[in-house]
Formats: sequence, structure tokens, C-alpha cells
Amino acid sequence: MEYEPVIGLEVHAQLLTKTKIFCGCSTRFGEAPNSNTCPVCLGMPGVLPVLNKKVVEYAMKMAIATHCRVNGTSTWARKNYFYPDLPKGYQITQFAHPIAEAGYVDVEIDGAKKRIGITRIHMEEDAGKSIHDESSPSSYVDLNRAGVPLIEIVSEPDMRNTDEAVHYLRRLHEILVYLEICDGNMEEGSFRCDANVSLRPKGQLKLGTRSELKNMNSFRNVQHALEYEIQRQRAILEKGGRVVQETRLWDVPQGVTHSMRGKEEAHDYRYFPEPDLVPVVISDTWKEEIENTLPELPMEKRERFVEQYGIPSYDAGVLTASRDLADYYEETARLCGKPKTASNWVMGDFLAYLNEEKLEITESPVTPQRLVDLIDMIEDGTISGKIAKEVFEDMWESGKNPREIVEKRGLVQITDTAELEKIVEEVLEANQKQLEQYRSGKNQLFGFFVGQTMKATRGKANPKIVNELLEKKLSIL
Amino acid sequence: MEFNRLTIHELQKKLRDGSLTSVEITESVYRRIASVEEKVHSYITLMEESAIWQAREADRRIKEGKAGELTGIPIALKDILCTEGVRTTCGSRILENFIPPYDATVVSKLKDAGAVLVGKTNMDEFAMGSSTETSWFGITKNPWDLERIPGGSSGGSAAAVAADECIASLGTDTGGSIRQPAALCGVVGMKPTYGRVSRFGMVAFASSLDQIGPVTKDVEDCAIMMNVISGHDINESTSVPAEVPDYTKFISRDIRGWTVGIPGEYFIEGIDPEIKAAADETIKILEGLGAKCLEISLPHTEYCVAVYYIIAPSEASSNLARYDGVRYGFRTRDGENLLDMYKKTRSSGFGAEVKRRIMLGTHSLSSGYYDAYYKKASQVRALIRDDFDKAFKKCDVILTPTTPAPAFRIGEKLDDPLQMYLFDIFTLSTNLAGIPGISVPCGYTKSGLPIGVQFMANHFEEGKLLQIASAYEKNSTIERRRPNL
Amino acid sequence: MKITKKEVGYVAHLARLDFSEDEKGKLTSQLNTILVYMDILNRIDTAGIQPVTHAISLDNVLRDDTEKKSIGAEIALASAPDGNMGFFGVPRVIE
Repeated sequence: MEYEPVIGLEVHAQLLTKTKIFCGCSTRFGEAPNSNTCPVCLGMPGVLPVLNKKVVEYAMKMAIATHCRVNGTSTWARKNYFYPDLPKGYQITQFAHPIAEAGYVDVEIDGAKKRIGITRIHMEEDAGKSIHDESSPSSYVDLNRAGVPLIEIVSEPDMRNTDEAVHYLRRLHEILVYLEICDGNMEEGSFRCDANVSLRPKGQLKLGTRSELKNMNSFRNVQHALEYEIQRQRAILEKGGRVVQETRLWDVPQGVTHSMRGKEEAHDYRYFPEPDLVPVVISDTWKEEIENTLPELPMEKRERFVEQYGIPSYDAGVLTASRDLADYYEETARLCGKPKTASNWVMGDFLAYLNEEKLEITESPVTPQRLVDLIDMIEDGTISGKIAKEVFEDMWESGKNPREIVEKRGLVQITDTAELEKIVEEVLEANQKQLEQYRSGKNQLFGFFVGQTMKATRGKANPKIVNELLEKKLSIL
Repeated sequence: MEFNRLTIHELQKKLRDGSLTSVEITESVYRRIASVEEKVHSYITLMEESAIWQAREADRRIKEGKAGELTGIPIALKDILCTEGVRTTCGSRILENFIPPYDATVVSKLKDAGAVLVGKTNMDEFAMGSSTETSWFGITKNPWDLERIPGGSSGGSAAAVAADECIASLGTDTGGSIRQPAALCGVVGMKPTYGRVSRFGMVAFASSLDQIGPVTKDVEDCAIMMNVISGHDINESTSVPAEVPDYTKFISRDIRGWTVGIPGEYFIEGIDPEIKAAADETIKILEGLGAKCLEISLPHTEYCVAVYYIIAPSEASSNLARYDGVRYGFRTRDGENLLDMYKKTRSSGFGAEVKRRIMLGTHSLSSGYYDAYYKKASQVRALIRDDFDKAFKKCDVILTPTTPAPAFRIGEKLDDPLQMYLFDIFTLSTNLAGIPGISVPCGYTKSGLPIGVQFMANHFEEGKLLQIASAYEKNSTIERRRPNL
Repeated sequence: MKITKKEVGYVAHLARLDFSEDEKGKLTSQLNTILVYMDILNRIDTAGIQPVTHAISLDNVLRDDTEKKSIGAEIALASAPDGNMGFFGVPRVIE
């Protein structure tokens, strides 16, 4: 029987607010343990939460960007469970009335669009961190992260394979980072993903029994864990077995998922309305205000790049991977007026150097204006494309402008036909053997003579003139 | 002189005209404590050293003409209110050694007003009780009869005022915990409107019902205390940003033409005849002052106990989850692993009544029971609130007895939780509706136990309560007595 | 609605409380007295009634995203039963 996987994802994104969701403590990562704490986030007796306005606004941004309905009234609830990194013994979250519902994102796989539904987005507080040391009889708790704001984005079970899931996850990641509401760092846990996976016979509507996957802290882990889990469930079903509903942990070094059976608590969270917080009411005016601050989103930008600049959608995809890169490209394209040439340079040498040195766009030593100066010099024949690569390297290292480099290093292209004719003649003279072979019909040696001429001019010869000269000389011969 | 017997307003005059110093008052309070505390046991922690220092500071400020509303007045705090650097136990073993690094908002307000803080008063553990018998730190006795309970949960705060071990005190009221002990101890106690007084720094029992309020020797003192503790607090989301009137302005105003609602549901069979007689007598006096009494109905009254004892334990079960032996408070030494540590810590850190309510609340919220209990109760709560909305369209205030009977004997109801819960039958409704209520002494039983009458008013109408309570107090014919200790 | 002794055990675990068999028995009967009393609520038809979860109606109580000084690890850990090396220590998590 053929089985069809059904995947739904739950994504937790830490919001980039300065302070925690219910108190004024800093959200900075990597501080000394328990230093970013106060009576409120420590859950001391008698303290009360007060909601950070930015959290609502950031959640609203994500809701609008993912086409969700922003609820006019949303409320808070307590999710009760005991764990040492949960100071109050309950997590403040949204349950019955989340801030947003019923949205979607579109993903594009091999040119085909697919719409993935979003069930809900809600706001909540993060827990602290427990550190377990195998050699010690104790665990250690750091509450710096307790109370850092999160949004949870719950998808519909709309994904049918690992590719769709990873694409969806990348889209969400991209949108969050574009909106500048989450830094998207998966290793540090600011972007986390759990997955619900089940299989069903193809054509059947009813969902199969699902397992919940946790502990996947990179896109690659998500991909591998899902692939593994789909295989695992398929093997069970094919042998006539039954999948158990359970939580499974992705074991990175082993590359397998492990059951958490036995370690799992009964999921009786005793949700009830949080009496210490009042409803969040979002007026149309407030929503519009936030809507007006939204940047152009990656998908829209991609479409616009294809249309406006006439570049392939692959290029548009690369160039819109981040807002900074897209801005860099647009500035380059605008200044040089040749969007495709600009795209080749930005996607080519520029990104290669940037990635090599792991720099941010904003840290690049080559500004769009400098890059355009370089492109202009190719276009007007001052330098060849080959020399340009050399000049670019120099620009990157020295930070100087390309004209200065070209002049100083004498890299100006030789376009003097008479001078080049002399050099071509010398080349033919020096390579008699090849010349004879050419004459006897080995036409492919034409390129050899071009190469030798370029070499003789240390790359400065104008290739077009060299070609013309060689064609003339060789046909005469 | 026994300055400790005087009221805030009497002492204010003497402090201002220089005939008395705060140090003298404060010393008289501690002399009284030294002589009666062993019998009454109002306090868990005394703060004598800092109090004497505060009294000296107060005297200095009075001399400089910089006196605030409570400058130099010795006030006691229920041990549910967090005090920076002073242990705050909530009457529980689990917080036996907890020293908060912050003051509750009301404590800051009292300090800013110049009050001398006498100590932390005894209470039912986590304010769960009607008798102050469930404290880990022992039982508080009723100053009028040491064999009897002082009421609860703010029993220590009420007993301390009744026994003149302080001038006034703060209590907290989740279902009657200020008004009920005030009635049983013959003092004045008010539960303000929900949101009027900041709950920040009050160790939470049931968050949607909790409110802090004063326990005082007379109604004017209650108004003075309300002026100090009321007002919006940015640290609490349910604090109401409404203007606070000068409550002392309501004292001595007449109540001619007012309508006093008398709900039939509160004058049921089973209420102590002496209590009923005292309430009837109060009604007569009010009528004599020009008020009109009107029979009204609060039809959902009989459901209050059930609604309350679902909602309050539900919220409490969650509020008390933080006492897990991890960040502060008591932890058992023999926890083999985390789960074991949790269970042993909580089982030996909490007393029987607290555990019972945690169980009741956890059950009410648990999977499969939420709709039948918590949700159902919250819906009936809406009906109870609507009853009051309708009633206040017809009357200015509502009058009821504060308790169905006078103080009972120590131990009498400890093993019968439901009978204990039913003792709060007349006070729970104001908490459920969020409205203010006040209990004022209105007589004594033949055996000499105090009786209280309760007034309730619409949201934010504490002024009306003070006005009618003071009018009644000034015109009542009952003799003023003091407990014989 | 009555509660069984088994359910009392389940609820106790949820609440992280331990009771001896004797205590459990007594608790079950005490809780049942109370729960049976609660049944009076079933006399009221509450269909369609909006539950009251707050005693007053307020909305949008918000604070600005401005940092307040933290109390610092030392004070945070001052009351901890086990506050080693800047962390809250707990017995190893084995459930």
C-alpha cells in the first residue's frame, strides 16, 4: 500500500523585544546565569505580570504577514505543570482566544506553489533553562530566559512531505527575520520547531496516529528527523503494526528518533483564564498602524524583482534572502542601470567574498557605488571581465575605489589595434607548431591563440579586438 | 497612659499639637503586646527595633511640620503582605524563612505616609480559613473569649486591633477574611472594590477575588487608612485607574433619603437569633436617621458558597504551584529525585486545609471536569454579579449580618470543612461580584461576644459604605466595651 | 459528582502532593461532602451565559518595552534552598 505522510509544524519564535514579556528584565542572551531576573520572572510570592506592548505589536506583525485574522479580543490563560525551569508552576500563554487565527503562507517548490495553512498564532512566555550534568546528582536552573516573549505559530497538517515542511519552515523563518521581530537563531533556540507526523494510506481522508517530534535545532535536523520518522512509521505500517501516539526526541548524533514514553507527563495542563491579566483588545486603527510599518515581504519582493528587473526567479530568490542583501542589490541595480549584470556581480563575487569572511552585508568593504564603478569600467571597455575579478579582490581587501586600483596597477585594457596586432604576430611567430596544426584543420586551436595573446598582455588585451585580429591573421594564412 | 487604646484620628491630633510623641505611642503598643500577646497570639513576627526607629523618625518629621497622613501611627500588617528584608510567611511552613527583596505596594504606601510598622500578624495558612486555626505558627485567640476563634483568615489583624496591640492593621479579604474576623472581634473591617487597592506584593490566594483592606477601631480610621492605601498601581494589570476621593469627607454626612436594601436571602432560618436581632436593631436606627429600608432579592445567594469554593481553590491550586522548594522557601532534605522532592516538600510544607483546597482546585480544573466545575461556577458568578447590578438600581447600599453566628469555639469546625465554609456564607458574594463591603460592630451577644453588621455598595462606592457606617456608629445606642484581658 | 480514591491519587500527583492511604481515604470523603454540595449548581441552566473570570472589566493594560534593572543573581538566589554557582540546584530530573 502507498502511504502519504501528513506533517504539521509548531514553531516557537523568540521576539526581539528589549525586555521580557511581563517584567522589565533584559532579554539579552548569554549573560551570567540568573542575572537577568527580578521577583516577577522568578515567580516570587505576590508579584504580578504586566504585558509588554511590543510583544502584542510584534505578534500582530507576524499575524498580518501570514494573512491571519487578527482577533479583536484575545485573552490569557495559565498552563499548569511542574518543572524546575518554570518558576510559577504555570506558563502564561493564550489558549481559548489567541491573538490571531486562520492564515497561510505560500511556498514554492520547483516552480509549483503550495499554500500551507496557519491555524493560530499566540503569545506566551518562555521557560528558563535546566542544565543536566550526568556526573552530578543535581540539575541546575538558569532563569534568564524565563519570561522572554515567544509567539507560537501552529500550522495546519497541510504538508505532505519533508520538502514542503522544510520550505514552509524556511518561509516562516525568513518572514520573522524580515520583520525584524526574531533573530532566527536556531542554535541558540530563538527559532524552535516541533513537528507532528503521521502516515495514512494514500487517498484516505482520516488522519493516522501521529508522533510529536522535538529537539530539532537546525533546518537539516528537521529534514533528517522527518525523513527518519516517516520511514520508521512506514516500516511499522507495512509490517501491519500500529504507530503509537507519543513524543519522540530527535537524537542528532545517532540520527534516529527516540520515544519519550514513560518520561512523559499526562497532558493535563488544567488551562484556565489568567486572572492577573486583562484581555488584549486590538482596534482597527491599531492594526492599521502596525500594518503600515510592515516592510515588503520576501515573497512579494521576489515577484517584484522578477518583474521589475527582468531577472530569473532563481536570482530573485537568492537576492531576497535577506532584507539587507535585497537592499544592496536594488541600490546596485539602480546605480548601474543594468539589473542582470548587477545581479551577476552581487550573486557571484560579492556573495562569495561575503560568505568566505562571514561578514554581514552592512560590513562589506565594497559599497554598491564602488561595485557599479567597477561594472561601468567593464562596460566601457576600460578593463576586461577577467581583470575586473582581480580588481574586485583588491577592492575587497584595500577598500579603494576601482579606478584608482586600475590606474595604479596599470590594468587598463589594451584597445590599440596596432599594438595588439604586433603582439598577435609575436604570438603566432612563437608557436609555429600549433600554427601548422591549425592550418591542417585543427580549428579548435583558435582558442589557444586567444589565450596566449591574453597571457602575453597579462590579461589586459581587449578580447574582442584580439578575436578580430586573430580571425583576420589566421584566415590570411 | 494607654495611648495604644486610642484611634488614628485621636492620636493624629495629639501628635500634631505636640502633646504626645510617636515613640510614646509605639512604646505603649509594645508594652501591651508584652502583656497580652501570650494569651492572644496576634503576631507571627514583631518588628520592634525598626518600629522604634520609625517612631523617632516620625517625631522628627512632625517637628519639621512634614507629617504625612499616618506619621507616627503604629500599624500592623497581615503576614501575607511582602515586606522587604522582613520575613513573610503567609502562615505557612513552606515560607517559614522567606525574606522578600521587595515591599508590597500597600507597604510602600504606608511607609510613605509615615506609618510605624509594628509587626506581621497571624493568619490562616495562605489565607485559607475562617478561624486562624490553620497557621503553621499557632492559633490566634479571640480577645473577647480566649476559648474562641477570632475569625479568619485575617484573625491576627483583627485580634491585634481589638486587643489594642496596634492602632490599626491591614488584612486581606478573598471571601470575607477581613469583614468576618472584624465582626467576631468587634472592630471595623473593609474590603474595597476589586482593583481599588493594589494587590502587588500580596501573596496570592485567589487572584480574581483577593483584595487588601483596613481593620480599624472605628469608621473614621477606616476612611483614613483607605485614603493611604487606595489608588492605581502600574505594577498590577487589574488595578483600576480611577480617581480616589478623600474618604474622610464621607464621615459625619447624613443618610437622609437613602434606600437600604435588605435581601431576604440573608435572613434565613439557621442564623443565630441574637445576630438577627442585632441586625434588626441596626435597621431601626438607620430608619431613625431618615433612611428607607427596602426588601430586595439576591436570588442566586444560595449558590455563592459552591461558586466560591470552586473558583477560589482553582485559582489557589495554580497560585500555590510556585512553592516547589526550588527558588525559595522550605525544601525537604530527603528528596531522592525531582518528583520525590516536589511531593515531599509540598506535602510537609503545606497544612491540611491548604492541601485540601489545592486538591479541590486541581480537580475542578482537571481534564473532564473543567466545564462542570470551573466554567459552570464562572457562569453562575455572572448571575451573582447581575443580582447586585439589579439590586443597586433600587438601593444605595445593602445591609446583611456579617456572619451567621458569633465566634465559635476553637477546634469546633476543624474537621468539618463544609461547615467551616458555610460560615462565610454572607461575605463571599461581594468578592464574587467585586464590590466593596464593610463590617461594623452592632452589638454583643448575651455572653459578651461581638456582633457585626455588613454593608455592601456598588463598585467604587466605598464612600457610601463609610458614610452609612459612620452615621450608624455615631447614632447607635450600644455601649462601647473593651475585651477583658 | 463524587470523586473516587483513585482519582484522588491522580489529582494528588498532578498537584505534586503525597498522601498516605489513610489520609487519602479521609480526604476522599471530605472532598465528596464538598463536591456533592457543589451539585446544587446543576439546578441552574447556564447555557449561553458568558463566564465571569475577572471581577472588573479592563483591557489593554500595557507597559512600554523599557528595561528595568534586574535584582541580580545574588539576590535572586539569596532565599534558594540550593543556590550553587549562580544556579538554582535541584535533585536530578528523573521522573
